[in-house]
Amino acid sequence: MGTAIEVRDLVVERGRREVLHGITCTIPSGSVTGLLGPSGSGKTTLIRAVVGVQIVKSGEVTVLGRPAGSAPLRSQVGYVTQAPSVYADLSVRENARYFAALLGLGAAEADRAIADVGLADARGQLVGNLSGGQRSRASLACAMIGEPKLLVLDEPTVGQDPVLRADLWARFHELADAGTTLLVSSHVMDEAGRCDRLLLIREGRLIGDDTPAAIRTAAGTDDLEEAFLRLIREREQVTA
Amino acid sequence: MSLGITFATAGRVLRQLRHDRRTVALLIVVPALLLALLYFMYDGAGGTFDRIALVMLGVFPFVIMFLVTSIAMLRERTTGTLERLLTTPLGKIDLLFGYGLAFGLAAAVQGTVATGAAYWLLGLQTSGNAGLVVLIAVVNAVLGVALGLFCSAFARTEFQAVQFLPVVVVPQLLLCGLFVPREQMAGWLEGISNALPLTYAVEALVQVGRSAEATTTMWRDLAIVAGAAVVALVLAAATLRRRTP
Ligand SMILES: Nc1ncnc2c1ncn2[C@@H]1O[C@H](COP(=O)(O)OP(=O)(O)OP(=O)(O)O)[C@@H](O)[C@H]1O
Ligand SMILES: [Mg+2]
Repeated sequence: MGTAIEVRDLVVERGRREVLHGITCTIPSGSVTGLLGPSGSGKTTLIRAVVGVQIVKSGEVTVLGRPAGSAPLRSQVGYVTQAPSVYADLSVRENARYFAALLGLGAAEADRAIADVGLADARGQLVGNLSGGQRSRASLACAMIGEPKLLVLDEPTVGQDPVLRADLWARFHELADAGTTLLVSSHVMDEAGRCDRLLLIREGRLIGDDTPAAIRTAAGTDDLEEAFLRLIREREQVTA
Repeated sequence: MSLGITFATAGRVLRQLRHDRRTVALLIVVPALLLALLYFMYDGAGGTFDRIALVMLGVFPFVIMFLVTSIAMLRERTTGTLERLLTTPLGKIDLLFGYGLAFGLAAAVQGTVATGAAYWLLGLQTSGNAGLVVLIAVVNAVLGVALGLFCSAFARTEFQAVQFLPVVVVPQLLLCGLFVPREQMAGWLEGISNALPLTYAVEALVQVGRSAEATTTMWRDLAIVAGAAVVALVLAAATLRRRTP
Protein backbone atom coordinates (compact mmCIF):
# COMPACT_ATOMS: atom_id res chain seq x y z
CA MET A 1 0.00 0.00 0.00
CA GLY A 2 1.42 3.39 -1.01
CA THR A 3 1.20 6.72 0.72
CA ALA A 4 -1.54 9.10 -0.36
CA ILE A 5 -0.86 12.02 1.96
CA GLU A 6 2.30 12.96 3.75
CA VAL A 7 2.30 15.80 6.23
CA ARG A 8 5.60 16.95 7.69
CA ASP A 9 6.06 19.46 10.51
CA LEU A 10 3.00 21.40 9.46
CA VAL A 11 2.59 24.71 11.28
CA VAL A 12 -0.39 26.91 10.54
CA GLU A 13 -1.29 30.31 11.92
CA ARG A 14 -4.84 31.62 11.71
CA GLY A 15 -5.79 35.07 12.91
CA ARG A 16 -2.26 35.61 14.37
CA ARG A 17 -2.59 32.48 16.52
CA GLU A 18 -0.76 29.27 15.85
CA VAL A 19 -3.48 26.63 15.49
CA LEU A 20 -1.45 23.67 14.18
CA HIS A 21 1.85 23.19 15.99
CA GLY A 22 3.96 20.91 13.83
CA ILE A 23 1.84 18.01 12.63
CA THR A 24 3.51 15.01 11.03
CA CYS A 25 1.62 12.02 9.71
CA THR A 26 1.20 9.79 6.69
CA ILE A 27 -2.03 8.46 5.28
CA PRO A 28 -1.94 5.22 3.30
CA SER A 29 -3.80 5.02 0.01
CA GLY A 30 -6.90 2.90 -0.39
CA SER A 31 -8.03 3.40 3.18
CA VAL A 32 -10.52 5.35 5.23
CA THR A 33 -8.73 7.56 7.73
CA GLY A 34 -10.74 9.30 10.41
CA LEU A 35 -9.66 12.70 11.68
CA LEU A 36 -11.12 13.10 15.14
CA GLY A 37 -10.87 15.78 17.73
CA PRO A 38 -12.87 18.26 19.74
CA SER A 39 -14.35 21.40 18.23
CA GLY A 40 -11.66 23.95 17.48
CA SER A 41 -8.85 21.39 17.59
CA GLY A 42 -7.75 22.08 14.02
CA LYS A 43 -9.47 19.40 11.92
CA THR A 44 -10.77 21.80 9.29
CA THR A 45 -7.44 23.63 9.21
CA LEU A 46 -5.53 20.39 8.56
CA ILE A 47 -8.02 19.41 5.87
CA ARG A 48 -7.70 22.80 4.21
CA ALA A 49 -3.93 22.35 4.16
CA VAL A 50 -4.36 18.95 2.50
CA VAL A 51 -6.56 20.33 -0.29
CA GLY A 52 -4.20 23.29 -0.65
CA VAL A 53 -6.41 26.24 0.25
CA GLN A 54 -4.77 27.02 3.59
CA ILE A 55 -1.83 29.40 3.86
CA VAL A 56 0.72 27.50 5.90
CA LYS A 57 3.53 28.97 7.95
CA SER A 58 5.96 26.11 7.57
CA GLY A 59 6.11 22.42 6.86
CA GLU A 60 5.18 20.34 3.86
CA VAL A 61 2.05 18.62 2.69
CA THR A 62 2.46 16.12 -0.14
CA VAL A 63 -0.62 14.66 -1.78
CA LEU A 64 -0.38 11.78 -4.27
CA GLY A 65 3.30 12.59 -4.67
CA ARG A 66 2.84 16.29 -5.39
CA PRO A 67 2.75 19.46 -3.28
CA ALA A 68 -0.78 19.95 -1.92
CA GLY A 69 -2.94 22.14 -4.13
CA SER A 70 -0.81 21.84 -7.26
CA ALA A 71 -2.66 21.97 -10.55
CA PRO A 72 -2.54 18.27 -11.57
CA LEU A 73 -4.16 17.35 -8.23
CA ARG A 74 -7.25 19.43 -8.86
CA SER A 75 -8.98 16.77 -10.93
CA GLN A 76 -7.96 14.00 -8.53
CA VAL A 77 -9.04 15.39 -5.18
CA GLY A 78 -12.67 15.72 -4.14
CA TYR A 79 -13.31 18.13 -1.27
CA VAL A 80 -16.39 18.57 0.88
CA THR A 81 -16.27 21.66 3.05
CA GLN A 82 -17.76 21.57 6.53
CA ALA A 83 -20.61 23.92 5.65
CA PRO A 84 -22.29 22.56 2.51
CA SER A 85 -20.84 24.48 -0.42
CA VAL A 86 -23.36 24.04 -3.19
CA TYR A 87 -25.49 26.65 -4.91
CA ALA A 88 -28.74 27.08 -2.97
CA ASP A 89 -30.45 28.63 -5.98
CA LEU A 90 -29.82 25.63 -8.23
CA SER A 91 -31.39 22.17 -8.15
CA VAL A 92 -29.38 19.19 -6.92
CA ARG A 93 -28.95 18.00 -10.47
CA GLU A 94 -27.89 21.40 -11.81
CA ASN A 95 -25.27 21.58 -9.07
CA ALA A 96 -23.97 18.11 -9.79
CA ARG A 97 -23.88 18.76 -13.53
CA TYR A 98 -21.89 21.92 -13.05
CA PHE A 99 -19.30 20.19 -10.88
CA ALA A 100 -19.20 17.34 -13.41
CA ALA A 101 -18.64 19.83 -16.23
CA LEU A 102 -15.65 21.29 -14.36
CA LEU A 103 -14.05 17.85 -14.67
CA GLY A 104 -15.10 17.49 -18.30
CA LEU A 105 -17.73 14.88 -17.37
CA GLY A 106 -21.35 14.59 -18.39
CA ALA A 107 -24.81 14.17 -16.94
CA ALA A 108 -24.51 10.41 -16.40
CA GLU A 109 -21.67 10.81 -13.88
CA ALA A 110 -23.57 13.58 -12.13
CA ASP A 111 -26.70 11.44 -11.83
CA ARG A 112 -24.72 8.49 -10.52
CA ALA A 113 -23.19 10.57 -7.74
CA ILE A 114 -26.64 11.86 -6.79
CA ALA A 115 -27.98 8.33 -6.57
CA ASP A 116 -24.95 7.27 -4.52
CA VAL A 117 -25.84 9.68 -1.73
CA GLY A 118 -29.52 8.72 -1.83
CA LEU A 119 -30.82 11.94 -3.36
CA ALA A 120 -32.23 10.51 -6.60
CA ASP A 121 -35.77 11.41 -5.57
CA ALA A 122 -34.85 14.98 -4.69
CA ARG A 123 -32.62 15.70 -7.67
CA GLY A 124 -35.02 18.22 -9.22
CA GLN A 125 -35.40 20.14 -5.97
CA LEU A 126 -33.68 23.44 -5.31
CA VAL A 127 -30.83 22.94 -2.83
CA GLY A 128 -32.16 25.89 -0.84
CA ASN A 129 -35.34 23.90 -0.16
CA LEU A 130 -33.57 20.76 1.05
CA SER A 131 -33.24 19.69 4.68
CA GLY A 132 -29.86 20.26 6.31
CA GLY A 133 -28.87 16.62 5.99
CA GLN A 134 -29.96 16.47 2.36
CA ARG A 135 -28.02 19.60 1.62
CA SER A 136 -24.80 18.18 2.98
CA ARG A 137 -25.38 15.03 0.93
CA ALA A 138 -25.83 17.20 -2.17
CA SER A 139 -22.47 18.76 -1.33
CA LEU A 140 -20.98 15.28 -0.89
CA ALA A 141 -22.38 14.12 -4.24
CA CYS A 142 -20.62 16.99 -6.02
CA ALA A 143 -17.27 15.86 -4.55
CA MET A 144 -17.74 12.21 -5.47
CA ILE A 145 -18.23 12.90 -9.18
CA GLY A 146 -15.54 11.50 -11.44
CA GLU A 147 -14.10 9.03 -8.93
CA PRO A 148 -11.35 11.19 -7.47
CA LYS A 149 -8.32 9.32 -6.13
CA LEU A 150 -8.56 11.21 -2.87
CA LEU A 151 -11.74 12.28 -1.12
CA VAL A 152 -11.37 14.78 1.70
CA LEU A 153 -14.58 15.07 3.67
CA ASP A 154 -15.06 17.55 6.50
CA GLU A 155 -17.80 16.16 8.74
CA PRO A 156 -19.88 14.72 5.91
CA THR A 157 -22.29 12.78 8.10
CA VAL A 158 -23.46 15.59 10.38
CA GLY A 159 -27.24 15.72 10.51
CA GLN A 160 -27.74 12.30 8.90
CA ASP A 161 -29.91 9.63 10.47
CA PRO A 162 -28.29 6.35 11.60
CA VAL A 163 -29.46 4.40 8.53
CA LEU A 164 -28.08 6.95 6.10
CA ARG A 165 -24.86 7.21 8.08
CA ALA A 166 -24.40 3.47 7.84
CA ASP A 167 -25.09 3.63 4.09
CA LEU A 168 -22.60 6.43 3.58
CA TRP A 169 -19.89 4.65 5.57
CA ALA A 170 -20.52 1.48 3.56
CA ARG A 171 -20.09 3.54 0.41
CA PHE A 172 -16.85 5.05 1.76
CA HIS A 173 -15.48 1.54 2.32
CA GLU A 174 -16.54 0.41 -1.14
CA LEU A 175 -14.62 3.34 -2.57
CA ALA A 176 -11.58 2.54 -0.41
CA ASP A 177 -11.68 -1.10 -1.52
CA ALA A 178 -11.61 0.15 -5.10
CA GLY A 179 -8.45 2.13 -4.30
CA THR A 180 -9.75 5.56 -3.30
CA THR A 181 -8.18 7.21 -0.26
CA LEU A 182 -10.60 8.90 2.12
CA LEU A 183 -9.83 11.38 4.85
CA VAL A 184 -12.97 11.97 6.89
CA SER A 185 -13.25 14.30 9.85
CA SER A 186 -15.82 13.79 12.53
CA HIS A 187 -16.31 14.47 16.17
CA VAL A 188 -18.71 11.59 16.62
CA MET A 189 -16.76 8.84 18.32
CA ASP A 190 -19.06 6.05 17.19
CA GLU A 191 -17.85 6.78 13.65
CA ALA A 192 -14.25 6.36 14.70
CA GLY A 193 -14.69 2.61 14.92
CA ARG A 194 -15.66 2.50 11.27
CA CYS A 195 -12.31 3.88 10.09
CA ASP A 196 -9.27 1.87 9.04
CA ARG A 197 -7.02 4.36 10.75
CA LEU A 198 -7.51 7.22 13.15
CA LEU A 199 -5.78 10.53 13.60
CA LEU A 200 -6.64 12.03 16.96
CA ILE A 201 -6.01 15.74 17.16
CA ARG A 202 -6.27 18.04 20.12
CA GLU A 203 -5.38 21.71 20.36
CA GLY A 204 -3.44 21.54 17.15
CA ARG A 205 -1.33 18.51 18.04
CA LEU A 206 -1.66 14.89 17.01
CA ILE A 207 -2.15 12.70 20.08
CA GLY A 208 -2.89 9.46 18.29
CA ASP A 209 -2.18 7.98 14.86
CA ASP A 210 -3.01 4.30 14.59
CA THR A 211 -5.70 1.73 13.83
CA PRO A 212 -8.76 1.80 16.09
CA ALA A 213 -7.77 -1.62 17.47
CA ALA A 214 -4.27 -0.46 18.36
CA ILE A 215 -5.60 2.67 20.01
CA ARG A 216 -8.02 0.59 22.07
CA THR A 217 -5.21 -1.73 23.14
CA ALA A 218 -2.82 1.08 23.97
CA ALA A 219 -5.42 2.83 26.09
CA GLY A 220 -6.60 -0.41 27.66
CA THR A 221 -10.30 0.07 26.89
CA ASP A 222 -12.74 -1.06 24.21
CA ASP A 223 -14.56 2.24 24.17
CA LEU A 224 -12.88 4.62 21.72
CA GLU A 225 -14.32 7.67 23.43
CA GLU A 226 -12.81 6.53 26.72
CA ALA A 227 -9.56 5.73 24.90
CA PHE A 228 -9.43 9.25 23.53
CA LEU A 229 -9.96 10.72 26.99
CA ARG A 230 -7.23 8.53 28.46
CA LEU A 231 -4.81 9.60 25.74
CA ILE A 232 -5.57 13.22 26.58
CA ARG A 233 -4.97 12.65 30.30
CA GLU A 234 -1.72 10.82 29.63
CA ARG A 235 -0.55 13.77 27.56
CA GLU A 236 -1.42 16.22 30.26
CA GLN A 237 0.55 14.22 32.81
CA VAL A 238 3.56 14.14 30.51
CA THR A 239 3.52 17.88 29.93
CA ALA A 240 2.68 18.73 33.55
CA MET B 1 -8.07 28.74 -19.35
CA SER B 2 -10.62 26.28 -20.70
CA LEU B 3 -13.50 27.25 -22.96
CA GLY B 4 -15.59 24.30 -21.79
CA ILE B 5 -15.31 25.36 -18.15
CA THR B 6 -15.93 29.02 -19.00
CA PHE B 7 -19.15 28.13 -20.84
CA ALA B 8 -20.23 25.72 -18.09
CA THR B 9 -19.73 28.51 -15.56
CA ALA B 10 -21.68 31.03 -17.65
CA GLY B 11 -24.47 28.46 -18.00
CA ARG B 12 -24.50 27.88 -14.26
CA VAL B 13 -24.73 31.61 -13.51
CA LEU B 14 -27.60 31.98 -15.99
CA ARG B 15 -29.40 29.01 -14.45
CA GLN B 16 -29.08 30.60 -11.03
CA LEU B 17 -30.58 33.75 -12.50
CA ARG B 18 -33.41 31.81 -14.13
CA HIS B 19 -34.49 30.34 -10.80
CA ASP B 20 -34.79 33.88 -9.46
CA ARG B 21 -37.75 35.10 -11.50
CA ARG B 22 -38.20 38.34 -9.64
CA THR B 23 -34.63 39.43 -10.30
CA VAL B 24 -35.08 38.64 -13.99
CA ALA B 25 -38.28 40.68 -14.10
CA LEU B 26 -36.65 43.62 -12.33
CA LEU B 27 -33.61 43.39 -14.55
CA ILE B 28 -35.69 43.63 -17.70
CA VAL B 29 -38.46 46.01 -16.71
CA VAL B 30 -36.80 48.57 -14.46
CA PRO B 31 -34.62 50.36 -17.05
CA ALA B 32 -37.61 50.77 -19.37
CA LEU B 33 -39.73 52.12 -16.52
CA LEU B 34 -37.04 54.60 -15.54
CA LEU B 35 -36.85 55.80 -19.13
CA ALA B 36 -40.62 56.31 -19.10
CA LEU B 37 -40.18 58.38 -15.95
CA LEU B 38 -37.60 60.52 -17.75
CA TYR B 39 -40.03 60.88 -20.64
CA PHE B 40 -42.73 62.32 -18.39
CA MET B 41 -40.23 64.47 -16.48
CA TYR B 42 -39.18 66.19 -19.69
CA ASP B 43 -42.74 66.37 -20.86
CA GLY B 44 -42.57 64.16 -23.88
CA ALA B 45 -39.98 63.57 -26.51
CA GLY B 46 -37.59 66.34 -27.46
CA GLY B 47 -33.98 67.38 -27.43
CA THR B 48 -33.36 67.08 -23.69
CA PHE B 49 -35.12 63.75 -23.37
CA ASP B 50 -33.21 62.39 -26.38
CA ARG B 51 -29.89 63.47 -24.90
CA ILE B 52 -30.47 62.11 -21.40
CA ALA B 53 -32.33 58.92 -22.35
CA LEU B 54 -29.56 57.97 -24.76
CA VAL B 55 -26.92 58.31 -22.05
CA MET B 56 -29.10 56.45 -19.56
CA LEU B 57 -29.38 53.50 -21.95
CA GLY B 58 -25.67 53.07 -21.40
CA VAL B 59 -25.60 53.90 -17.71
CA PHE B 60 -28.37 51.57 -16.46
CA PRO B 61 -26.76 48.28 -17.52
CA PHE B 62 -23.44 49.45 -16.09
CA VAL B 63 -24.90 50.25 -12.68
CA ILE B 64 -27.24 47.27 -12.46
CA MET B 65 -24.69 44.68 -13.57
CA PHE B 66 -22.11 46.15 -11.21
CA LEU B 67 -24.45 45.63 -8.28
CA VAL B 68 -25.72 42.21 -9.29
CA THR B 69 -22.22 40.88 -9.91
CA SER B 70 -20.64 42.18 -6.76
CA ILE B 71 -23.36 40.53 -4.69
CA ALA B 72 -23.17 37.28 -6.69
CA MET B 73 -19.40 37.08 -6.26
CA LEU B 74 -19.60 37.95 -2.59
CA ARG B 75 -22.06 35.09 -2.10
CA GLU B 76 -19.66 32.82 -3.90
CA ARG B 77 -17.03 33.77 -1.32
CA THR B 78 -19.19 33.61 1.79
CA THR B 79 -20.97 30.33 1.05
CA GLY B 80 -17.70 28.48 0.50
CA THR B 81 -18.41 27.66 -3.13
CA LEU B 82 -15.44 29.77 -4.22
CA GLU B 83 -13.07 27.87 -1.92
CA ARG B 84 -14.38 24.64 -3.34
CA LEU B 85 -14.28 25.79 -6.97
CA LEU B 86 -10.63 26.72 -6.57
CA THR B 87 -9.84 23.11 -5.61
CA THR B 88 -11.25 21.95 -8.98
CA PRO B 89 -9.67 22.31 -12.43
CA LEU B 90 -11.50 25.63 -12.88
CA GLY B 91 -9.09 28.49 -13.60
CA LYS B 92 -9.60 31.95 -12.14
CA ILE B 93 -10.05 33.41 -15.61
CA ASP B 94 -12.65 30.73 -16.44
CA LEU B 95 -14.71 31.84 -13.48
CA LEU B 96 -14.44 35.56 -14.21
CA PHE B 97 -15.03 35.27 -17.95
CA GLY B 98 -17.95 32.94 -17.19
CA TYR B 99 -19.51 35.68 -15.11
CA GLY B 100 -18.75 38.29 -17.77
CA LEU B 101 -20.36 36.13 -20.45
CA ALA B 102 -23.47 35.30 -18.43
CA PHE B 103 -24.21 38.84 -17.30
CA GLY B 104 -23.17 40.19 -20.70
CA LEU B 105 -25.92 38.04 -22.24
CA ALA B 106 -28.39 39.17 -19.60
CA ALA B 107 -27.40 42.76 -20.41
CA ALA B 108 -28.01 42.13 -24.11
CA VAL B 109 -31.59 41.14 -23.36
CA GLN B 110 -32.01 44.04 -20.97
CA GLY B 111 -30.44 46.51 -23.40
CA THR B 112 -32.61 45.34 -26.29
CA VAL B 113 -35.80 45.71 -24.27
CA ALA B 114 -34.83 49.13 -22.90
CA THR B 115 -33.63 50.42 -26.27
CA GLY B 116 -36.73 49.05 -28.01
CA ALA B 117 -38.97 50.75 -25.48
CA ALA B 118 -37.06 54.02 -25.81
CA TYR B 119 -37.29 54.16 -29.60
CA TRP B 120 -40.76 52.72 -30.21
CA LEU B 121 -42.76 53.65 -27.15
CA LEU B 122 -41.07 56.85 -26.03
CA GLY B 123 -40.10 58.22 -29.42
CA LEU B 124 -36.35 58.49 -28.79
CA GLN B 125 -34.60 59.88 -31.86
CA THR B 126 -30.95 59.50 -32.74
CA SER B 127 -29.11 60.08 -36.00
CA GLY B 128 -27.27 56.76 -35.61
CA ASN B 129 -28.45 53.19 -35.45
CA ALA B 130 -30.26 51.76 -32.40
CA GLY B 131 -28.24 48.54 -32.77
CA LEU B 132 -25.10 50.52 -31.88
CA VAL B 133 -26.81 51.73 -28.72
CA VAL B 134 -27.47 48.12 -27.67
CA LEU B 135 -23.87 47.21 -28.48
CA ILE B 136 -22.52 50.04 -26.32
CA ALA B 137 -24.95 49.09 -23.55
CA VAL B 138 -23.67 45.49 -23.55
CA VAL B 139 -20.00 46.50 -23.48
CA ASN B 140 -20.86 48.87 -20.64
CA ALA B 141 -22.61 46.06 -18.78
CA VAL B 142 -19.50 43.90 -19.12
CA LEU B 143 -17.47 46.77 -17.69
CA GLY B 144 -19.92 46.86 -14.76
CA VAL B 145 -19.52 43.10 -14.29
CA ALA B 146 -15.73 43.34 -14.35
CA LEU B 147 -15.62 46.20 -11.83
CA GLY B 148 -18.16 44.36 -9.66
CA LEU B 149 -16.02 41.22 -9.62
CA PHE B 150 -12.98 43.29 -8.72
CA CYS B 151 -14.68 45.32 -5.97
CA SER B 152 -16.28 42.30 -4.34
CA ALA B 153 -12.79 41.23 -3.29
CA PHE B 154 -12.70 44.21 -0.92
CA ALA B 155 -16.08 43.58 0.68
CA ARG B 156 -16.67 41.15 3.51
CA THR B 157 -20.43 41.69 3.74
CA GLU B 158 -23.34 42.65 1.51
CA PHE B 159 -23.52 45.99 3.31
CA GLN B 160 -19.97 46.77 2.30
CA ALA B 161 -20.54 45.55 -1.24
CA VAL B 162 -23.42 47.94 -1.90
CA GLN B 163 -21.33 50.80 -0.52
CA PHE B 164 -19.00 50.39 -3.46
CA LEU B 165 -21.76 51.64 -5.71
CA PRO B 166 -21.42 55.27 -4.56
CA VAL B 167 -17.63 54.91 -4.50
CA VAL B 168 -17.12 53.42 -7.94
CA VAL B 169 -20.17 54.36 -9.94
CA VAL B 170 -21.35 57.79 -8.81
CA PRO B 171 -18.10 59.71 -9.47
CA GLN B 172 -18.02 58.28 -12.99
CA LEU B 173 -21.60 59.36 -13.48
CA LEU B 174 -20.97 62.90 -12.20
CA LEU B 175 -17.86 63.40 -14.29
CA CYS B 176 -18.95 61.75 -17.53
CA GLY B 177 -20.23 65.00 -19.03
CA LEU B 178 -23.91 64.43 -18.49
CA PHE B 179 -24.32 67.11 -15.84
CA VAL B 180 -21.61 69.56 -16.82
CA PRO B 181 -19.97 69.46 -20.27
CA ARG B 182 -16.48 68.12 -19.74
CA GLU B 183 -14.85 71.10 -21.50
CA GLN B 184 -16.33 73.42 -18.86
CA MET B 185 -14.91 71.45 -15.92
CA ALA B 186 -11.83 72.57 -13.99
CA GLY B 187 -8.71 71.10 -15.59
CA TRP B 188 -8.06 68.58 -12.82
CA LEU B 189 -11.66 67.38 -12.94
CA GLU B 190 -11.45 66.92 -16.66
CA GLY B 191 -8.21 65.02 -16.09
CA ILE B 192 -9.94 62.64 -13.71
CA SER B 193 -12.84 62.35 -16.09
CA ASN B 194 -10.38 61.37 -18.85
CA ALA B 195 -9.23 58.46 -16.72
CA LEU B 196 -12.72 57.07 -16.06
CA PRO B 197 -14.08 54.48 -18.49
CA LEU B 198 -17.72 55.58 -18.27
CA THR B 199 -16.69 58.90 -19.84
CA TYR B 200 -15.86 57.07 -23.06
CA ALA B 201 -19.05 55.04 -23.01
CA VAL B 202 -21.07 58.24 -22.76
CA GLU B 203 -19.04 59.91 -25.49
CA ALA B 204 -19.68 56.90 -27.74
CA LEU B 205 -23.42 57.19 -27.14
CA VAL B 206 -23.36 60.92 -27.87
CA GLN B 207 -21.65 60.11 -31.17
CA VAL B 208 -24.47 57.72 -32.07
CA GLY B 209 -26.94 60.50 -31.23
CA ARG B 210 -25.24 62.95 -33.59
CA SER B 211 -23.95 61.02 -36.58
CA ALA B 212 -25.82 58.82 -38.99
CA GLU B 213 -22.76 56.66 -39.57
CA ALA B 214 -20.66 55.03 -36.85
CA THR B 215 -17.70 57.38 -36.27
CA THR B 216 -14.10 56.46 -35.60
CA THR B 217 -14.36 58.27 -32.26
CA MET B 218 -17.22 55.96 -31.33
CA TRP B 219 -15.26 52.82 -32.18
CA ARG B 220 -12.21 54.14 -30.35
CA ASP B 221 -14.34 54.90 -27.29
CA LEU B 222 -15.93 51.47 -27.40
CA ALA B 223 -12.50 49.86 -27.61
CA ILE B 224 -11.38 51.87 -24.57
CA VAL B 225 -14.39 50.68 -22.56
CA ALA B 226 -13.82 47.06 -23.61
CA GLY B 227 -10.13 47.41 -22.74
CA ALA B 228 -11.00 48.79 -19.31
CA ALA B 229 -13.30 45.81 -18.77
CA VAL B 230 -10.50 43.38 -19.62
CA VAL B 231 -8.07 45.21 -17.30
CA ALA B 232 -10.64 45.05 -14.49
CA LEU B 233 -11.14 41.31 -15.09
CA VAL B 234 -7.41 40.70 -14.93
CA LEU B 235 -7.18 42.74 -11.73
CA ALA B 236 -10.10 40.74 -10.34
CA ALA B 237 -8.23 37.52 -11.19
CA ALA B 238 -5.29 38.83 -9.18
CA THR B 239 -7.55 39.27 -6.14
CA LEU B 240 -8.73 35.64 -6.26
CA ARG B 241 -6.46 33.63 -4.02
CA ARG B 242 -6.47 29.86 -3.96
CA ARG B 243 -4.86 29.90 -0.54
CA THR B 244 -6.44 31.98 2.19
CA PRO B 245 -5.61 32.47 5.88
N1 LIG C 1 -10.73 32.14 9.60
C1 LIG C 1 -10.15 32.02 10.79
N2 LIG C 1 -9.47 33.04 11.33
C2 LIG C 1 -8.88 32.92 12.53
N3 LIG C 1 -8.91 31.82 13.27
C3 LIG C 1 -9.58 30.76 12.81
C4 LIG C 1 -10.24 30.81 11.54
N4 LIG C 1 -10.83 29.63 11.34
C5 LIG C 1 -10.56 28.88 12.42
N5 LIG C 1 -9.81 29.55 13.31
C6 LIG C 1 -9.31 29.03 14.60
O1 LIG C 1 -8.46 27.94 14.32
C7 LIG C 1 -8.64 26.90 15.29
C8 LIG C 1 -8.93 25.58 14.57
O2 LIG C 1 -10.14 25.71 13.86
P1 LIG C 1 -10.72 24.53 12.98
O3 LIG C 1 -11.82 25.12 12.18
O4 LIG C 1 -9.61 23.90 12.25
O5 LIG C 1 -11.31 23.56 14.08
P2 LIG C 1 -12.15 22.21 13.90
O6 LIG C 1 -11.38 21.13 14.59
O7 LIG C 1 -12.48 22.00 12.47
O8 LIG C 1 -13.45 22.51 14.74
P3 LIG C 1 -14.97 22.03 14.49
O9 LIG C 1 -15.06 20.62 14.94
O10 LIG C 1 -15.77 22.92 15.38
O11 LIG C 1 -15.26 22.21 13.05
C9 LIG C 1 -9.77 27.36 16.18
O12 LIG C 1 -9.21 27.82 17.37
C10 LIG C 1 -10.43 28.48 15.43
O13 LIG C 1 -10.92 29.45 16.32
MG1 LIG D 1 -14.19 21.97 11.40
